Amino acid sequence: MGSVDHSIEKNVKAYEPSFEVMVPTPFVKFMRTCILWQIIRFIVINIKMIVVVQKSH
Amino acid sequence: MARLVVMGGGVSGHTAATFAKKWLGDEHEVVVVTPNSLWNWIPSNIWVGVGQMTKEDVVFPLAPVYEKAGIDYRQAKAVSIHPEGKTDSNTPYITIEYTGQGKEGQTEEITYDYLINATGPKLNFDATPGLGNGEGGIGEHTVSVCTADHAVHANLELQRIFEKAKKGEKQKILIGTGHGMCTCQGAAFEYIFNVEHEANKAGIRDMLDIQWVSNESFLGDFGIGGLHIKRGMYAASSKLFAESLFVERGINWTIGAHISKVEDKKAHYELLDGSTGEMEFDFAMLIPPFAGVGLKAYDKAGEDMTDKIFAPNGFLKVDADYTPKPYEEWKASDWPRTYQNPTYKNIFACGIAFAPPHLISKPMSSPNGTPINPTPPRTGMPSGIIGKAVAHSICDLIKEGENAHLHEASMAEMGAACVASAGKGLTDGTAAALTVYPVVPDFEKYPGIGRDLDYTFGEIGLAGHWIKHILHHMFLYKAKLKPGWTLIPE
Ligand SMILES: Cc1cc2nc3c(=O)[nH]c(=O)nc-3n(C[C@H](O)[C@H](O)[C@H](O)COP(=O)(O)OP(=O)(O)OC[C@H]3O[C@@H](n4cnc5c(N)ncnc54)[C@H](O)[C@@H]3O)c2cc1C
Repeated sequence: MGSVDHSIEKNVKAYEPSFEVMVPTPFVKFMRTCILWQIIRFIVINIKMIVVVQKSH
Repeated sequence: MARLVVMGGGVSGHTAATFAKKWLGDEHEVVVVTPNSLWNWIPSNIWVGVGQMTKEDVVFPLAPVYEKAGIDYRQAKAVSIHPEGKTDSNTPYITIEYTGQGKEGQTEEITYDYLINATGPKLNFDATPGLGNGEGGIGEHTVSVCTADHAVHANLELQRIFEKAKKGEKQKILIGTGHGMCTCQGAAFEYIFNVEHEANKAGIRDMLDIQWVSNESFLGDFGIGGLHIKRGMYAASSKLFAESLFVERGINWTIGAHISKVEDKKAHYELLDGSTGEMEFDFAMLIPPFAGVGLKAYDKAGEDMTDKIFAPNGFLKVDADYTPKPYEEWKASDWPRTYQNPTYKNIFACGIAFAPPHLISKPMSSPNGTPINPTPPRTGMPSGIIGKAVAHSICDLIKEGENAHLHEASMAEMGAACVASAGKGLTDGTAAALTVYPVVPDFEKYPGIGRDLDYTFGEIGLAGHWIKHILHHMFLYKAKLKPGWTLIPE
């Protein structure tokens, strides 16, 4: 038991659908929960969303 | 004094009624007819379904809010519309049947000058044998997260599965759509990733075989024909992103699937290539197809004319181009702009209750003739924007007369911001934050991908989770009409 290993090696299998997809590198995965980077993304995403919301009203 | 009656106090009806009352003031009446005593922020049901929120976190009682706003609230379901009145009166009216306020089962007629149908979807579980109980409710084999109560039940069943997994028993989890013509893939998408996230936290991920099943012809279609997102120097299809996330989280997928029957721990399916099969499960959350709620319409003589104002799927006909035509001839301009019923100009629809002119995804069927394609979603933001536009039009009609200009809110000209949770947690949560512009692709304006790449974007991360969490509080705040509620966009 224990937390599943999400590493690329574990979930990608040759000649199966999982083989044909793009998989995130450990760096990409780290950045997804890196607090400092996510604070920046939070500001950027909010600005982008506000623009789309304004365009839609 | 004019009277506006709003049928349905969900996302779009509540928006329409509260804005209409604010703009009309005490000079005119706004009546809301809705069967529930509680308002539900439906998107957060996902978190109730994995035990991360309680029912109380996602609902609040409507009565005090409507009392504060000066809205006449009837806890009842609308049953029929009589747009021409009756033999001895030309005044249009609806009939309602109370479900609360101490008048359960009593019926009443309510006259109107303007009527909004915002009754949302009927959760049509019975469209799939075994998914429903034969009486319109959910069956005994699967769970749902479509209502707060369903989500509470889903979590109870999920915890049972988690307990078994903790004891070392391997468990099979099946999540997706329960019929070839379902919509709302996004909700199932959120649920599967939240279940996976919780299983990880509980240390039992290895004991779970998690499987996705849906009617999409490619993963990431979401009923909107997919979308493209700029990444690096490329415009990449949502298929790439969706498949990537599934592989990353170790979730297998079956797509192009119509669930034809559900039995105890077994779902039967037919695929787009015509083949059939079975999937076993210990726990399944399958979204039911949506239909109109079954309102009837009668003419002055009392003759049934439901098919005159409603489409065969039970949704209200509005100013869309309903001419049947092949996918290649679909146009963005087929989509409605004002949501006014073409026959009775004082009737409007908003949210899920309006009849879309056609699918957004390309129609597909198996060689056996079974349609297997997502039907058009009408998510929270379009539902709210349309509700507000319709309220605006009606207020102008009341104040300026019948020549007032109607407000427009075409889904082919508006975007949607969607945040799909992929796991809750202040520091380890993630969500896919997406915007799509426009919701209905316009291939004339944006050839090839149908959307403006500058306003269609998406990314996965903790920031998306924070936004989803903030939206939960913001929309509950707004729906409770707390100070400054009008400043919060739909
Ligand atoms: C699990 C789940 C998660 C979702 N997550 C998201 C998300 O993250 N983001 C997003 O944008 N959208 C999301 N959606 C979609 C969103 O909930 C809908 O777009 C929105 O609720 C549609 O609004 P509506 O007013 O048309 O329908 P509803 O909100 O369903 O309201 C319809 C109302 O009509 C009432 N009613 C029914 N029958 C009658 C009758 N006969 N007479 C009177 N009233 C009646 C119902 O009780 C209800 O109150 C999600 C949906 C689900 C099921």
